[in-house]
Amino acid sequence: MQWETVIGLEIHTQLASKSKIFSGASIAYGAEPNSQACIVDLGFPGVLPVLNEAAVDMALMFGLAVDAEIGSRSVFARKNYFYPDLPKGYQISQFELPIVGRGSLTIDLEDGQQKVIGITRAHLEEDAGKSLHEDFHGMSGIDLNRAGTPLLEIVSEPDMRSIKEAVAYARKIHQLVVYLGICDGNMQEGSFRVDANLSMRPKGQQELGTRTELKNINSFRFLERAMNFERERQIDLLESGKTVVQETRLYDADRDETRSMRSKEEANDYRYFPDPDLLPVEITEQRLAQAGERMPELPDQKKARFVTDYQLSDTDATLLTQSRQQADYYEQVVATGADPKIAANWVTVELAGALNKAGLELTDSPVSAEHLGGLLKRIADNTISGKLAKQVFEAIWQGEGDADTVIEAKGLKQITDSGQIESIIDEIIVANPKQVAQFQAGKEKLLGFFVGQVMKQTQGKANPGQVNQILLKKLKG
Amino acid sequence: MHKKTIVELAAGLKAGEFSSVELTGHFLERIERLDGNINAFITTTAEQALAEAAVADEKLKAGDAGPLTGIPIVQKDIFCTQGVKTSCGSRMLDNFISPYDATVVTKLKQAGVVSLGKANMDEFAMGSSNETSFYGNVHNPWDNERVPGGSSGGSAAAVAARMAAAATGTDTGGSIRQPAALCGITGLKPTYGRISRFGMIAFASSLDQAGPMTATAEDAALMLQAMAGFDPRDSTSADHPVPDYSASLNDSLAGLKIGLPKEYFGEGLDGDVRTSIEAALAVYKGLGAEVVEISLPNSAMAVPTYYVVAPAECSSNLSRFDGARFGYRCDNPKDLEDLYKRSRGEAFGAEVKRRIMIGTYALSAGYYDAYYLKAQKTRHLISDDFKQAFEQVDVIMGPATPAPAFKLGEKTDDPVTMYLNDIYTIAANLAGLPGLSMPVQPVNGLPVGLQLIGNYFAEAKLLNVAHKFQQETGWHRLIPEGLD
Repeated sequence: MQWETVIGLEIHTQLASKSKIFSGASIAYGAEPNSQACIVDLGFPGVLPVLNEAAVDMALMFGLAVDAEIGSRSVFARKNYFYPDLPKGYQISQFELPIVGRGSLTIDLEDGQQKVIGITRAHLEEDAGKSLHEDFHGMSGIDLNRAGTPLLEIVSEPDMRSIKEAVAYARKIHQLVVYLGICDGNMQEGSFRVDANLSMRPKGQQELGTRTELKNINSFRFLERAMNFERERQIDLLESGKTVVQETRLYDADRDETRSMRSKEEANDYRYFPDPDLLPVEITEQRLAQAGERMPELPDQKKARFVTDYQLSDTDATLLTQSRQQADYYEQVVATGADPKIAANWVTVELAGALNKAGLELTDSPVSAEHLGGLLKRIADNTISGKLAKQVFEAIWQGEGDADTVIEAKGLKQITDSGQIESIIDEIIVANPKQVAQFQAGKEKLLGFFVGQVMKQTQGKANPGQVNQILLKKLKG
Repeated sequence: MHKKTIVELAAGLKAGEFSSVELTGHFLERIERLDGNINAFITTTAEQALAEAAVADEKLKAGDAGPLTGIPIVQKDIFCTQGVKTSCGSRMLDNFISPYDATVVTKLKQAGVVSLGKANMDEFAMGSSNETSFYGNVHNPWDNERVPGGSSGGSAAAVAARMAAAATGTDTGGSIRQPAALCGITGLKPTYGRISRFGMIAFASSLDQAGPMTATAEDAALMLQAMAGFDPRDSTSADHPVPDYSASLNDSLAGLKIGLPKEYFGEGLDGDVRTSIEAALAVYKGLGAEVVEISLPNSAMAVPTYYVVAPAECSSNLSRFDGARFGYRCDNPKDLEDLYKRSRGEAFGAEVKRRIMIGTYALSAGYYDAYYLKAQKTRHLISDDFKQAFEQVDVIMGPATPAPAFKLGEKTDDPVTMYLNDIYTIAANLAGLPGLSMPVQPVNGLPVGLQLIGNYFAEAKLLNVAHKFQQETGWHRLIPEGLD
């Protein structure tokens, strides 16, 4: 039978606010356990939540970016269940009237086509703490530093029909929230968590099959693997006449498999109701407009502009706008007066390659945009040859100064004085009578030999165009 | 000294007739001597109180004193007090020393009051007789066999027995006004949001409101002045100007329109209580007020609405008491579920469990619409009744309770009868309106409370209306026999 995959994603993005969503405690990652949990986060008797308005503004920016319906009123609700890492015995989340309503996002498919994925909603909520099960002699430890960290949960429609589409959608959401500056996107630290709802149905069938929800996925690679495993597992079940059980399954990256965590029957009745400690959030036109003013240029807009303004190819523009940092870096290089196409090449090939090799992020690049611009300028004005430019780049990378300093210190300045080149060529012609004779007899391939000799003499500094021109003139008489 | 009101005590302190240390010592001595029979205090903080009194005396000497400087009061044990046990009347928090002060506590400290300790109360403020406290019943100072009302029963009894000059209370469905009525003192529940809830252990968040419990309306004005105001730590506190509550106390009542809801004078109201209320109304007529009958047609829905909304909220609010981080933890839990079940099972009393069960049920999938959502709708109807009423009248009056204090144990077996004791007070909480109870002519030696309900933020008006009555009558100055 032909099977069709149906996928919807729930993505938890940790918002990049300074403090928690309902208290003033810091949300910095990696602090000593429980050192960033105040009495509000600990759920002490008598404490009350106060909404961090920055989280609301970030959610609004996301809503605008996915062209979503944004209501004038949004309500926080309590999701009630007992768990040790949930201090109050309820999570403050949203149920009815989420901050961001229905929207959509367009993704690019491999075959060059585009597809619109529906976004059901995005709501604000507080994160829970963490249970630690090691080193406590049969007990569990609780770290509540993360409790109260602001999250925006982005729920998609079950619109994706392949694992590739699902990964493309997740990547695009990731790119978007990082662009917006509302999430640091760090998947290892849990700032961007993807839960996948996956089901199978015979191709052509309208009705959806029974789905499972996959959790504990902390990279795009694992997302793809988890869905692949789950897809195969469900097909095996269905083809052997068994049924898929609706349940939550954990992905185990070490074993590359998904395991049952809890079934629908074991699911909690969360008893959602509006949180009486928090007033409804009123979203005025003015506030929405202010959020719009804070919006940076989005990836798709930026890409289109790069194609138009810099005459770049679609591929180059896509590559350059993959991250906001890279696009900004590129524009800084161009701003120094560099040729946009050459700059694109250096940023996406030479610099990206060097960073990749060194395992560095662009933000940690030892070569600044100004330095790279300075280098490109010296190529453009023939101070150095393209070949030597790589050597200069190396030196800048090593911290030996800007392009001019390196060229000066290493004596790499290109020789463009015709007289000087001419005299070097004269010496070479005198020293190699045999090759000259062969060349003049028609073996023109030997031109390369003479160029090589000139470059050897000048340590590659002679201007290649001039060398060719003068050599031909001299050899051909 | 204990017979004096706050206003009189403040004058005595300022004039140097006695010091705050002497006054505090006097109240501490009365607590020592009388509270064995009343049980109004869960905790007394004698040493701390005397230290606070000494600081107050310094301020008095320096001429740096406000109207509450050096006045000894008691805090209901629902308010978190830093470094002092804050039990909420429950075994669950018997070992809980709060690491912080509630906003109400901070504000009263800033006003210079001396805190004598923490007052007994129904467990987690759930009760109308103070019989659900882990720390035992409070006895009504007017009759040792009777209840003081609840849940602020300890606060009311402490003030009635003059073991403190004033007390703080909280009112979710009548928990200030009902015990004030049964103990013969003045109790004010302000507009919802008038006083910060930060640090006040939550029972039903959308109904809970703190307020003063005092001998007189004049004293209540001073206490409210110190307690009221916007608090950035409570999103539901009102960012609304706080007037000078003492300034308008003596305003004339000529032309005041008093509304009497006919629903508050029907079946179930004790005949003698009705007579006392009518006598009080005659005093108001004498002061130039006009009395008109009004209707609050949805009154009958108040109690059932309340007993869905309040338990629903409390079932969630009390989830944090799980034995994990603070409070009671059962011995040797087998596993996580055992820890939850036994910690909560052993530490919560029967009434708290009953309400958690009711509330959990009302919020459950499949029942939410029929109970919680419907209750929200009837709550709106009740509020609308008042909105219409206040288009016709300035203040609403009626009995605070259907009858005077009942006997200890009389209603403990029948929760519904117990709940009906709050039939006249609950509506003000559902609507978020201010309400005040003050003593009128007693019945068979037991106090009777007249309830005043005002429009939103009309506390100054309620205090004015109450004060004028107290200028004409002496019921508020009565002290139980043997306690003067």
